Amino acid sequence: MAVASETTSPGPLPERSSAGTSTLSRVTRYTALRLVTLFGTVVIGIYLTIMIANMGGYVDVIMRSEIRERITMEFANSRAAQTMTPEARAEFLATQIAQEEQRVGLNTPVAVRNVRFLLNALSLNLGRAINMTSDSGSKLVRLIILERLPATLLLMGTAELSLFFISVFVALSLSRRYGSWWDKLVITLSPSSAAPPWFYGIFFILFFAAILRILPFGGMTDSPPPSNPVDYALNVLKHMILPASALIISSLFLSIYNWRTFFLIYSSEDYVEMAKAKGLPARDIERRYILRPTLPTIITNFALLLISTVSGAIITETVFLWPGLGRTLYRAIGLYDTPVIVGTTIIYAYLLAITVFLLDFMYALVDPRVKIGGN
Amino acid sequence: METLRRSFREVLRYPSALVGLAIIVVLLATAVYAVIKIPYRRAIALWRGGESAWYQNPKYAPPSWFNAFTPQKLPVSFKAGSSDGGMSKTVTPGAQGTGTVDISYAFDYQYDGYPQELLLYFTTTFVEKQPFVSIAWLTPDGRTIRVDDFGVARKQTVRFAQIKRLLQRLKGDDPMQALFQDPETGTLLKGQYQLQITGTTFEEGADIDAEFVFHGQLYGLAGTDHQRRDLVLPLLWGAPVALIFGLVASLGTLVLTMIIAAVGTWYGGWVDELIQRITEINLVLPFLSILVMVGVFYSRSIWVILGVTVLLSIFTGSIKSYRAIFLQVKESAYIEAARAYGASNARIVFRYLIPRMIPLLIPGLVSSVPAFVFLEASLAVLGLGDPVLPTWGKIINDADTNGALYKGYYYWIIEPAVLLMVTGFGFAMLGFALDRVFNPRLREA
Repeated sequence: MAVASETTSPGPLPERSSAGTSTLSRVTRYTALRLVTLFGTVVIGIYLTIMIANMGGYVDVIMRSEIRERITMEFANSRAAQTMTPEARAEFLATQIAQEEQRVGLNTPVAVRNVRFLLNALSLNLGRAINMTSDSGSKLVRLIILERLPATLLLMGTAELSLFFISVFVALSLSRRYGSWWDKLVITLSPSSAAPPWFYGIFFILFFAAILRILPFGGMTDSPPPSNPVDYALNVLKHMILPASALIISSLFLSIYNWRTFFLIYSSEDYVEMAKAKGLPARDIERRYILRPTLPTIITNFALLLISTVSGAIITETVFLWPGLGRTLYRAIGLYDTPVIVGTTIIYAYLLAITVFLLDFMYALVDPRVKIGGN
Repeated sequence: METLRRSFREVLRYPSALVGLAIIVVLLATAVYAVIKIPYRRAIALWRGGESAWYQNPKYAPPSWFNAFTPQKLPVSFKAGSSDGGMSKTVTPGAQGTGTVDISYAFDYQYDGYPQELLLYFTTTFVEKQPFVSIAWLTPDGRTIRVDDFGVARKQTVRFAQIKRLLQRLKGDDPMQALFQDPETGTLLKGQYQLQITGTTFEEGADIDAEFVFHGQLYGLAGTDHQRRDLVLPLLWGAPVALIFGLVASLGTLVLTMIIAAVGTWYGGWVDELIQRITEINLVLPFLSILVMVGVFYSRSIWVILGVTVLLSIFTGSIKSYRAIFLQVKESAYIEAARAYGASNARIVFRYLIPRMIPLLIPGLVSSVPAFVFLEASLAVLGLGDPVLPTWGKIINDADTNGALYKGYYYWIIEPAVLLMVTGFGFAMLGFALDRVFNPRLREA
């Protein structure tokens, strides 16, 4: 886990802090360093992704078909095309395509080719889709994916943030009421996290949409969507209740259980006992003596959880017909649209890296070892 | 060993562990039963059999035990054949080689709904002259409805809803309703119905056999899907597939992770560094999308997916926690003693370091099974399930693509989902109890 490793290995963190350096500059330096290493990780990660995708020559196929389509289109629009015989036209096209393939480097060794694809992928130059189009009618994979990204981010962000706050607060209050009926209930329910979100989604659709008919089956808005922005937002919210709850429920009890255990371990530390003996109010003890030192670990756990749900949300989106990345991937599988599948995988790799980075940044803000600058 | 045994005895004191263990034992028994009762080849042949294997079943039929919960009793499917004695058959020889074959079948109809379809499958033997049959339908109130009369071919199927003469006689009424209704009031008649087939053969040695197939609205123990397949087959066979996938993936991942963590910690230096870096890279690899790519581009075979799953699951967060524990163990006195007597590196890693971790491994082994079982189902739901094997995930996928939730075929999704859930819970509950026993730090909390 990237987040944790930085604390165990000393690494090039700022050495003994000179008196003048502020927390901000240290956090900035730490963050910049993490950004660089993380970028390296992403590059290798995406290279591996491309390697896996290209083992059967699939990325080559994407490139070749794109060249063929472009050259043919250019030629069809040119004036020379009208005067040539069909045979001459075909021959001319074939040489043009061969030249272009040579120029792009499709006959260079695989490793070199993969590097080229890597550069394309890093700059989000993901090629053209075979069958799919974006809502604006473009066939560019980048546009298809970017169009879907906000929906995914909205759903994931809402669900994960709610999950985080709900479980931290419930866990804190349970650790206070250790051994109570509620505590036992959460322990009993914690195996429920064995099932993924889509699984709960199916049951939610069954109860709330099919039987009770109070919430929609899926989608992001009614069709046609309401034109008034307020109504639109409310409409999206209504459609988001079920998928977001499915995402939350599937990890809720386990994360409450984990953090409750964790808080319990910390609340038996000597300094907490000391604070209690001093007669500090319970709220202060919780905030300053329990929550504060555990925050870095909480963030680490949360990062792991987030990472496991990012790609797990693919099926949740599919089940709820949520027009996000996951559903795009599902459609691409159905249509066998290889450029979109590879493109989505790359975007997911980026999303994961951004998640890791953001959490690292937060980690840097709350971890005293980084903040104060010692090792 | 003694401590292990003591720990297991302690685990059995947790009620959740007992429940979990019971579920796992039942699942294992089911898996063994499924594999013995329906051998692999037969299961696959049936699953991919199509209409010819399943013509006797109705489509989209919920299981017959539905009637126990509803006030409206829906008709349950059945079939009866004259060749095996299910329908009564009498043969009366006549003059000049002719003969009369009377086949009849009486059944008590006490349901509140109409069937999906009634079918008759005729099998006849003759050389030149086709036998002739007339079909009559006797209702409880004593009416006789002439269904059809025709010369019957060697193999012929009669679908009651598509007989032209019957349709004309009924003047546009749905035959499935008209056959079971009182014509005056238009309400359903309950009681003894009888199907009478009178056949005439015109040759020496000619014979007629019929099979009556009643497609009700309910079928069997688990119902049927869009291809008329009996869901008992995939539900039974899903158990061995899920267990094998879950257990092999979980065991493979844990053992490999542990070996790699142990080797990394023991040798230290660049080996350790490399493992750490690979773990970080693996973290940004989108697990499910890579599995999707493998499924789409290379192979959907469950073994390939299993292998890739294990490979991608090795370098995850758990390698870090194993490493932390190994680092502590590495410093302990007995390792130093081993080093002092000149034990080789491999010996220390495999005989001293790894055995020390086995107690910690057991809870993880059990509690990571559900994740893999659900992973297989998840891939199937994405349409990337194994192309030949019947699994629980594939039932959900079939149901989902056929709009089961919208059309109200809830049984179709609930049955596999409940089995998945029970499996997941069984392993998770046992795993939790094991974790509390083997991790003393959790025990006090």
